[in-house]
Amino acid sequence: MTEMTKIVKTIANILFPFTVLFGLYVIAHGHLTPGGGFQGGAVVASGCALLLVAYSSGWVFERIKEKRLATFESIGAIGFITVALLGLMFSMVFFGNFLAGSNLLFGTTPATGSTLANFNTGGVLPLMNFAVGVKVIAGLFVIVLVMAYASSVRGWDQ
Amino acid sequence: MEKRTIAAVLSFAIVAVFFFFSVFLIHPFGDLDQVQMDDHIITNTQNETGTNNGVTAVVFDYRGFDTLGEATILFSAVAGVIMIFRRVKE
Repeated sequence: MTEMTKIVKTIANILFPFTVLFGLYVIAHGHLTPGGGFQGGAVVASGCALLLVAYSSGWVFERIKEKRLATFESIGAIGFITVALLGLMFSMVFFGNFLAGSNLLFGTTPATGSTLANFNTGGVLPLMNFAVGVKVIAGLFVIVLVMAYASSVRGWDQ
Repeated sequence: MEKRTIAAVLSFAIVAVFFFFSVFLIHPFGDLDQVQMDDHIITNTQNETGTNNGVTAVVFDYRGFDTLGEATILFSAVAGVIMIFRRVKE
């Protein structure tokens, strides 16, 4: 896959930061607005796929290796399991929400009924959204990157 | 037949039987008499999980195991893609 014309590259340069910013917003506000770790991670990964299309996959592959992305994917998975096991440790239930109502990090309980969104709520849900977001960003990006690079390199499979 | 084929057919049949019976045990879709769980989630989400977003509360708190399974699927997908598209040493 060769790199595309200057028009496509310019548009990709403009759109890439906004796509990543929107994806990170969806991940960070997963406990308040529609979306969450999976959806926001897919948005960020699609922004990275835009880079793959505009610039060549070799250009991206020179700058970030798939092993490093796979490491980030594992870090996200380990963080998710760790939060679940912390729930087992503190509230005696696997996936227990031990931070909800504790007045610690994300520990505020909103009033019942329709209330204004408060970012400092949700207990462990924002932490899990963050872990799953890191995992989905790295996972989807490494899938797209490896497949694009493998299809562009002559003699990859020989 | 090979032993592997017999084992595959047996396991497939067992899973199919479970699916078949679960179809009869499921309650009718949209049945207004079976709303205990919906009401519980709508009423208690804000007190129990401390979040305004009920969908995220269900996905990450009430059904955390489901999300764990999804994460496992993504992990195995990444592992499979990297394994299939690996560079072969010459």
